[in-house]
Amino acid sequence: MKPVTPASGKKSPPDMQLTTQRYKRIATWLLIVIVLVLCSIQTKVTPYQLIVGLPQMGSLLQEMIPPDWSYVPTIWGPMLETIQIAIVGTTLGGIIAVPVALLCAYNIMPNKLVSIPMRIVLNLVRTVPDLLFASIFVAIFGIGPFAGMLALVFFSFGIIAKLTFEAIEAIDPGPLEAMTAVGASRMQVIIFGVVPQALPYFISYFLYTFEVNIRAASVLGLVGAGGIGLLLDRSLGLFRYDRASMIILLTLVIVLVIDYGSTRIRRKLL
Amino acid sequence: MIQFNNVSKTYPNGTIGLRNINLTIEEGELVVIVGSSGAGKSTLLRSINRLHDITDGEIQVDGKSITRANDRELRRMRRDIGMIFQSFNLIKRNTVLNNVLSGRVAYHSTLRTMFGMFPREDIELSLHALERVNIREKAYIRADQLSGGQQQRVSIARALAQEAKIILADEPVASLDPLTTRQVMDDLQRINQDMKITTIINLHFIDLAREYATRIIGLRAGEVVFDGPPEEATDEVFAEIYGRSIRHDEMLGGEV
Repeated sequence: MKPVTPASGKKSPPDMQLTTQRYKRIATWLLIVIVLVLCSIQTKVTPYQLIVGLPQMGSLLQEMIPPDWSYVPTIWGPMLETIQIAIVGTTLGGIIAVPVALLCAYNIMPNKLVSIPMRIVLNLVRTVPDLLFASIFVAIFGIGPFAGMLALVFFSFGIIAKLTFEAIEAIDPGPLEAMTAVGASRMQVIIFGVVPQALPYFISYFLYTFEVNIRAASVLGLVGAGGIGLLLDRSLGLFRYDRASMIILLTLVIVLVIDYGSTRIRRKLL
Repeated sequence: MIQFNNVSKTYPNGTIGLRNINLTIEEGELVVIVGSSGAGKSTLLRSINRLHDITDGEIQVDGKSITRANDRELRRMRRDIGMIFQSFNLIKRNTVLNNVLSGRVAYHSTLRTMFGMFPREDIELSLHALERVNIREKAYIRADQLSGGQQQRVSIARALAQEAKIILADEPVASLDPLTTRQVMDDLQRINQDMKITTIINLHFIDLAREYATRIIGLRAGEVVFDGPPEEATDEVFAEIYGRSIRHDEMLGGEV
C-alpha cells in the first residue's frame, strides 16, 4: 500500500485522498475475487465438488485403515532404493554445484563473461521441476532408478549451486585479501579463504536438499523413475488403499527421521 | 629495500590516490605513515605488494620491479611481504595454528596445500612464530575464541611463519583498546629490531608514531609532505600534514 503523503503533485484535500485510497482497496479485492471465480468456472473446479466428494473421502480413509502391515517386507526394498536414489542424486548434484557456484559468484569470478552465462544456465535448470526431469530421463534411459537418480542430480544441483553462490558472495572478503597478500595462487585463495567460510553453508544446503530429495524420490516412481512411488502407483491402481496407506506411513516416518537428523546437524553448523 | 620511482595512482573515477611519490625505504627501518583519512596511506601500503595497482611509475622491492612482475613472479614476491590488517582477516572458524600455517601456502604447490599436507617444519615454524608473539598455548583454539589483541598477534605470527622480509601493517591497532594497542605495537617493534624485518605501519595515532617509528612519512592528498626522523615531527609538522591542528582523538595518550 502506498503511504498517504500529500506531496503527490496535485494538491487534493486529505479526505479526498482517503476516498481514493478506499476505492483502490475495494477494486483490488474485487479483482482478486473475479480472477478466482473466472478460474474456477473455466476449470470447473468448484466448492460443489468438494462437498460431493466428502463422503468419498471418508470411505477412502476407511479403506486405508488399518494399513496392511504384512506389506512392509515387500516395500522395504523399494523404500531403501528411494533413500539410495536421494543419497546418490544429492551427492552428485552437490559435487557439480561447487565449481558452478564458484564461477557464478562475482567476488570469485569478476569476469562477467563467465559468471553471467553460468547464472543463466543455473536459472534454466532451476525452472525445470524434478518430475519433468524424471520423465525426460525415463524417456531417454528407460524405466528404472537411474532416470530418477539423474533427475535428482539436476534438481539438487540447481538448488545447491544457487544457494551456495549467494552464500559465497556474502563471505568476508578480508581473508581473501590476506591470502592474496601472502602470495597464494587463485586456487589457494579459494581453498584457504573461501572454502572455510562457505563450507558450513554448503553442508547446510546440501542436507536441506537431501530432505527435499527424499520426498521427491518417493514420488519419482509415478513416472517410472524408480523408488517407492512405483508401488504406491500400483497400490492405488489396484484400489489397495490399505497398502497405499502403509507406504505413506513408512515414507512419513523416514522423512520425519531424516528431517529431524538433518535439522539438528544444520543447527549445529550455523 | 623498497623504492618508489615517480609513483602515481589515479582511480578509474578520476580521484587521485598517489601523486608522484619518490621514496627509498632501507632494510630494517620501522616506517610509520601518517596522514588524515583519504590521504592515501592505505593506497601507498597496498601498492607495495600490488594489492592495488599503480597507474604510473615503478615500485621495486629488493631491486626487483613488482610493478612489472608477471603473475608467478608477483606471487613469489608477495611471499616475502607479510601483511597485517586492521580487521585481522583471519579465518575465524579455523584454529589459530591453521591460520598461521596459511602463511606458508605460497611455498607449496596448490595440490599439496589442497589436502592440508604441510610439512612438519612448517608446523614447527608456525608454533615458533606463535611463541614469538606469546600465544603458543592458543595454537589449537579456534581463532574467534581469542580477543582482538590476540587475533592481531595471530596475524603477526602468520607474517612471521611466512618468513617475510618486509611487514606491511595497515592500521593494525585501529580496532584495539589502548592497552592491547601497546602490546601489538611492542610486538611489531621487537620483531623489527630482533629480526631486522623492514616494517611499514599506517597509523592515525600521532604519539604512537613518534614513539615507535625510526622514520615518519606524512601524506597529504596523495603527496609526501613530510619525511624524517620522529624528533623532527613536531606538533607543527603534524598540523601541516593534517592541514589543521591536531585533535584530541589522534592521541592514544597514557604513556606506559
